[in-house]
Amino acid sequence: MSAIEATGLTKRFGTVQALAGVDLSAAEGTVLGVLGPNGAGKTTAVRILCTILQADEGSAFVAGVDVARHPQRVRELIGLAGQYAAVDENLTGRENLRMVGMLTHMGRRAARTRAAELLERFELTDAGDRPARTYSGGMRRRLDLAAALVHRPPVLFLDEPTTGLDPSSRTGLWGVVEDLVADGTTVLLTTQYLEEADRLADRVVVIDRGSVIAQGTPGELKRTLGATIIEFTIPEPAEAARARSALAAVPGTVDGEDGLVRLAVTDGGAALMDAVRALDAAGVRPAAAAVREPTLDDVFLALTGHAVETPAEEVAA
Amino acid sequence: MSTQAMSARAVIPPSPGTVERVRNAVSDALVITWRNLLTIRRLPQLLVFATIQPLLFVLMFRYVFGGAIQVPGVDYVNYLMPGIFAQTVAFGAINTGVGLAEDRGKGLIERLRSLPMARSAVLAGRTTADLTRNVLVVGLMLAVGFAVGFRVQTDVFKLALGIVVLLAFGFALSWVFALIGLSVANAESAQAASFPIMLPLVFASSAFVSTTTMPDWLTPFAEHQPVTAAVDAVRALVLGGPWGTEVLTTLAWSAGIVAVFAPLAIRRYRLG
Repeated sequence: MSAIEATGLTKRFGTVQALAGVDLSAAEGTVLGVLGPNGAGKTTAVRILCTILQADEGSAFVAGVDVARHPQRVRELIGLAGQYAAVDENLTGRENLRMVGMLTHMGRRAARTRAAELLERFELTDAGDRPARTYSGGMRRRLDLAAALVHRPPVLFLDEPTTGLDPSSRTGLWGVVEDLVADGTTVLLTTQYLEEADRLADRVVVIDRGSVIAQGTPGELKRTLGATIIEFTIPEPAEAARARSALAAVPGTVDGEDGLVRLAVTDGGAALMDAVRALDAAGVRPAAAAVREPTLDDVFLALTGHAVETPAEEVAA
Repeated sequence: MSTQAMSARAVIPPSPGTVERVRNAVSDALVITWRNLLTIRRLPQLLVFATIQPLLFVLMFRYVFGGAIQVPGVDYVNYLMPGIFAQTVAFGAINTGVGLAEDRGKGLIERLRSLPMARSAVLAGRTTADLTRNVLVVGLMLAVGFAVGFRVQTDVFKLALGIVVLLAFGFALSWVFALIGLSVANAESAQAASFPIMLPLVFASSAFVSTTTMPDWLTPFAEHQPVTAAVDAVRALVLGGPWGTEVLTTLAWSAGIVAVFAPLAIRRYRLG
């Protein structure tokens, strides 16, 4: 059964079409990655699925329950954590968790036990009785995630959970998500990072300007693009043109702009050797060379022909 | 799989009965009240700031303007303090909106809206906590009043009734500012939007001077608005004289304000 199933979601804020007919689907116990730049509509989609916002059109079911018709029941089945780390700064970590426990009607004693359990699990026990305003960014984010898990929701929504986190906190959070999924939780994760979607998601949906522009497994998405990007810096235009025609013989996609020749390939190591040989044979000497993973910018450039823009803020109602 | 088939197969938890819903709503509101009171305990300076402004008004009207204001048959300090009490709860109500706007700005309301809690709880918990805070602030202002020479001319029971009337009035006003707090972008705007509403209500009232000294065009408003009703009720209770109509008028205003603004505020909360 699909744990998340949305069909044809649309939402308009004034003149801004935040969602223009989005379909999303996640099987139980899997991670759906929703990838897109700021303002793509990711947060709007999450807010609709979490019953915070009503869609203009379309339908959405979470754990089989219609979010528009039975929002209160959906709320019993979901947890929401996000980039804003919505914890009460003046309450201690423990009090924050107890508050959520009480508000999900689990009873005073169970709320207390669950709070202690989560503090332990998220390595916040020592800080548990300090006001959350004294926490570091990473600790705050962990507390936010813990708060989303208090009532053991089978479906979890993580809205850009690692945006602004340092690399080690990010890796730690990924580990937590993996553990949750191993226990059967379904996760919808929005992110701007291809790497994050790659690491966690079973399926990825790419959203741009309120529409789905690509979807598939992370592997499929990368194959459409090439798993590795090889870039040569060649300032001299004539030489760059020569490089481009030489590289056409290497399996992959060649593009580039102002002194940059870019080759997207699926088979990084071998292609790099071929590329270097081809350039050498053509007598091209690049000023610099780089091999890197494709970024979200590359995905966007490949899929939409435009680079990631950060136009309007993700519109909040 | 079609969504229809899915919803048919889905295990939908049974809808809670009315009794359980009401019990949950009360319990949720109490949890939020507890949370807001904890904030006051953590940041006691909020309470201090809440009393500084009325304290300055007491000093200003008692010692600066007081000499120039003549109210026949009564010491000005005794006339003034009921006005100060009403002003304190009226301006205090603005905090309800500011607090809600702050919670919203921090994303806390977003989290609460995703929880299976009563839709009324965030607002009811906030107004109830602010009511509790008002008990403390009015207590402090009473002490200030005694220090500058205010004396109750009736008895302690009438004073207590006066305080209850004031608290009810402050609670009602909280709902007005709850609506404003949820409708504006941030705490600063909540503050800025609230003062233009509160200022004329407090100053074009009987709080500091008799409404009979005001120009003819202003008198009808000044005499028939809720702050004047509250001031007159408390004044009658602590200075003596008939007080029944005044108290009932204030309670009617309070009930009316809650009846109009509580549903509007809760609706605003639902819509996000």
